[in-house]
Order: sequence, then C-alpha cells, then structure tokens
Amino acid sequence: MIEIKQLHKTFGKVVAVDDVSFLARDGEITGLLGPNGAGKTTTLRCLYTLMKPVRGQILVDGIDAAKDPRAVRRQLGVLPDARGLYKRLTARENIEYFGHLHNLDDATIKQRIDAAIVGLDMRDIIDRRTEGFSQGQRVKTAIARALIHDPKNVILDEPTNGLDVMSTRAMREFLKRLKSEGRCVLFSSHIMQEVAALCDRIVIIAKGRVVADEAPEALRQQTGEANLEDAFVKLIGTEEGLAA
Amino acid sequence: MKASLVVFMKEVRENLRDRRTVINTLLTGPLMAPIMFVILINTVITREIDKADQPLSLPVAGAENAPNLVAALKQNNVDVKPAPDDPERAVREQDADVVLRIPKDFDKAWNKGDPAQVEVVFDQSQRDARSSVDRLRGLLEAYSQRGGAMRLLARGLSPSIIKPLSIADRDQSTPQSRSGTLFSMLPYFFILGCFVGGMALAIDTTAGERERQSLEPLLANPAPRWQIVLGKLGATTVFAITTVIVSIFAFSVVGRLMPTEKLGMSLEIGMGFVPYALIAMLPLAALLATLQTIVAAFAKSYREAQTYVSLIMFFVSIIPTMILTFLPIKQQFWMYMVPLMSQQMTITRLLRGEYVPMSGLAVGFLCTSLGVAILAWLTVRVYRSERLAISA
Repeated sequence: MIEIKQLHKTFGKVVAVDDVSFLARDGEITGLLGPNGAGKTTTLRCLYTLMKPVRGQILVDGIDAAKDPRAVRRQLGVLPDARGLYKRLTARENIEYFGHLHNLDDATIKQRIDAAIVGLDMRDIIDRRTEGFSQGQRVKTAIARALIHDPKNVILDEPTNGLDVMSTRAMREFLKRLKSEGRCVLFSSHIMQEVAALCDRIVIIAKGRVVADEAPEALRQQTGEANLEDAFVKLIGTEEGLAA
Repeated sequence: MKASLVVFMKEVRENLRDRRTVINTLLTGPLMAPIMFVILINTVITREIDKADQPLSLPVAGAENAPNLVAALKQNNVDVKPAPDDPERAVREQDADVVLRIPKDFDKAWNKGDPAQVEVVFDQSQRDARSSVDRLRGLLEAYSQRGGAMRLLARGLSPSIIKPLSIADRDQSTPQSRSGTLFSMLPYFFILGCFVGGMALAIDTTAGERERQSLEPLLANPAPRWQIVLGKLGATTVFAITTVIVSIFAFSVVGRLMPTEKLGMSLEIGMGFVPYALIAMLPLAALLATLQTIVAAFAKSYREAQTYVSLIMFFVSIIPTMILTFLPIKQQFWMYMVPLMSQQMTITRLLRGEYVPMSGLAVGFLCTSLGVAILAWLTVRVYRSERLAISA
C-alpha cells in the first residue's frame, strides 16, 4: 500500500508537485493520469526516493520514505521512465545484476527468472545481448528486472510508452495479473483509454495538483459527462497534452 | 559492501566485452610509454650517429684563397662543396647548416704571420646545425694551433709557452645522469597511459550510464549509493592499474633492449625498477581513475564526458611534468608529498639510477592514496545529488 500525503516538490521557483495526496491500495490498479508535464514523473520519483520532496510524507506499507529510503526501495518494484539496459549484457545478466543488488541468492534469482520467462514470454530473448532489442523486448527485460525481488508494490512510469498494439495489450494483461496476485499497482499514463480500461481508481493530476481521485464510474458521475475523455478534459480544464 | 562487489563485477564483465576498451587498456595505454621511448631514443641516436660518422658537408666560399686549409679540412672527413651565391641566405633558409668563407687576403695575412680571418656563417637558433658548427670550429681551432706551434718551433721556441693554462675536464655526470633530461619525459607517458586505461570505464560507468538511461533504475535499487559508486570506482581503477602494470613491465623489457649506451647514457632498469615504479604508480592510477570518474559524472552525454576528461588529462598530466622537465627546480623531499610530482620524481630518479629513499616512496604512496580517498568521497557526494540521477 502506498500513501502519499501533501507531497510538495519545487525545482527552483517552479512548483512541480503541489500538495499531492492519494492512496494506492493493495490488490488494486491505481492510475496516475495527467497531461505531459503535470508532475506525474516527479511524484513517482519522490516515491521511489530518487528525489526528496520539499515537504509531505510518503508511506510504503507503513514505512516512511524520508526515514528509511532503503527499506522503501526494497518494498517497491520500479519501472522508471528511463528504462535503459546494459547492451553488452544479455537479458538474463541484466536481470541477475538487479537480483544481486537486492541481495538475493542465486537459486532465488534463477527461479524468478524462470517465472519471468514464462510470464513475460521471454524464452527467445533471455540469453541474447540486449543490443538491438525491440522496444517491446526492452520493456519486458526492464519489467523482469524491476520485479526480480517480488515486490509487493509495483510502480510503472508510462509503461506502454512506445509499445505497439500487441505489446500494449500484453502489458495490460500483465498489470491485471499483478493486481490479481494482490499487489499494489501504481502506474502513470497520459492516455485516457488505457487508464479507463485498467484502473480501479484514477488520480488525475494537472499542473502539479490532484484534481480528482475517484473510481472511473464515480468520475463520470461527478463531472456529469458520459464519456471519460470528456470528463478528463473538463477536470484538467484544457485539451493540452491529450494527444498521445 | 556486497553491493559494491556486485557493481564492480558487472562493470568489469560488461567492459571486458567491449573490444575497444580492452584494446585501450591492454595495448594503447600501456604501450604508449615504451613506444614513445623507442621513437625518441631512435631519433636521437640516428641523428647523432649520422652526424659523427658521415663526412661533414661544407660549402666553402673562396676555397681557392686557402688551398692548404681546405686540404687539411678534406683530410678530416670534410666534403668541401662550392658555396652558394649568398651564404647568409642559404644558412637562414636552412639550405646549409654552416658555410665557411675565406677572404681574398687570407694567404697574404697567413704568410705575413698576421691573424688570418675566416668566417663561419651559421644560425645559432638552429639546434640541428649545432653539431656541424662545433665540428667545423674544432677543425679550425686544431688547424690554427698547429700553425701557431709550427711558427714557434721555427723560431726555436716551445709551443707550450703560449699555453700557460692547461684545462683538464673532469666531468661529474654519469651515463645515467646524462640520460636524465631525455628520460624525464617518460613518467609523463606512464601517466598518460593511466588516463587512457581508465578513460573508457570512467565515462561508461557515469555519463554512459546516464545517456543509456540505466542510471535511474540502478538508483531505484535498495543498494546504498556510496556502495554503487565505490563499485564503479573500483572497476575503473582496476582497468587503469592493469594499464600501468602492463606499461611498466613492457617498458622494463623494451628499455633494456635499447642501445642507449651509444649516446653515452645509461638507462638503469634494475631489479628494483619494477617494484618501485609500481608502488609509485599504483595509487596514482587510482587517483586519476577517480578524478576522471568525478569529471565524467558531471557530463550528460558520452561525448560531453569525453571532452571534459580529455581536458583534465591534458592539464593534469602536462602541467607538473612540464614544470619539472623545463624549470630547473631542485628536487626536494616535499615533492614526494605532491601526487604527480612525486611519481615524476620517483621514476626519473629510478631511471637515472639515483637513490629513491624508502621514506620518499612511502610518503608518495600515502599522500596519493589520501588524494584517492578525498576524491572518492567527493564522487560519492556528487552521486548523492538529485540532479545527477535524472537522465534527461
């Protein structure tokens, strides 16, 4: 479970995140929706302790990120916006590297990689060097790497960015499976349809502020719009950034 | 510390798969010193030997005015040639090293017993021509003294009365010390070797990691950042140290094969050279690797990092070396405390066969290692900054 309370982050005079609060529950998919530059990535970066917020509190499974950032990172599986691989290493070696950094033993790593090969359909690529991987193959490797320690909470920053239709569908199925395993899934997106199709709860961020935090159904009722896209436009008050 | 080891092993493994990095570490970097040395020595030797053995090619203006002198010169391996129309210009334009001009009244003055003048036309700023000029001077002096001695003898006097002073040279330089100026460039090549060996990793593990966007996922791991940084520094240092070790061994082999004694110099590569040089150079390799890493960490892209690292390489390696090579500062003990200066001095002294005190070696090692610790601490600080973690 991830709790974010009054998170505030500035870069110089620019306020990137302005008193953002929301809750992402276990066994649910929470979507962080907002136009480009709304503060989604910054919020997530604060969450996985890459950045320090100016004020506010972040609790992951009850652990305060400000007090014990390492313990928080241990609870999280993170697929950041930047998902570069080491191209001179094979997919397996890339994943093993992170497993070792999580202090896992070889047997556990092997077992988890075997599971990922099945779960993410990586049989053909697992022992290939990642140089020349397609976008989809890269994302698969990056996800397997992020989940090597079997985290309770999974954070994905724009996970379908750059994926083709088939890979996007596979990604959605994968997120649903994470949810069914009882994990807390938090992902950001600027694509309305994706969030609508997947999420149990939608947190809409615009200009660094939370403008809505509802179930999709409630969102439609709240705005009085039948279709989510119109609801979204109405909430953020602009059409900017919607074109995906 | 386990995370450091994990990072270290991964960086080493990944970079061993990069052919260019391996070539730089095992070939280009380490062979720089020996190869530059061979080229340097060969050039000098060839030039000196050529000059000494070959006939001195000498354009003479007015050779017909002093047939005896010209004949004496020819006997001494001088190849007398007709002079150019304008000897001064020929010398200025480096068509001739030196031109001898004999005036019309030479024979008249000689026969009368007056000082007969000859002109040696040369350009002092042409260092290359200096040995030709010196050789001609020597021949002319000898001819002059012989003439003077004959005249005295003809008058029944001993030639020694015009030699009230006898100068005997007692040169205190040893073959090793004469090699000094030539060899003082060598530590510079060792230092450059360190730079080349560590460069690829220093950039790849920092700016490279940022550019391929793998730094952010890496830092999202629970491993503490200082351990990640130490692993990276360790890998870079190991590559730089490998370069230095190969370099010193290669040099100790090549140096022994070089015919330096032909120059009246001797290169002292004894059993002590390798261990002493290693003790001096190993902490420096670590220091330079860390310095490269910290500089590259500020860069956003591989290319930007290359620019920074090259600049650092230029300034760091060249300045202390230049100071010690060209400014005649007396070597003093405190210099062992200054990284770079210490290595420069230690290796130069080793090559000249001079004594390197154990205390100097120890002080050099400790102070350079202290420098490594300070820079490593700074690198960790740099990695703690928020700005660094963000790739784009």
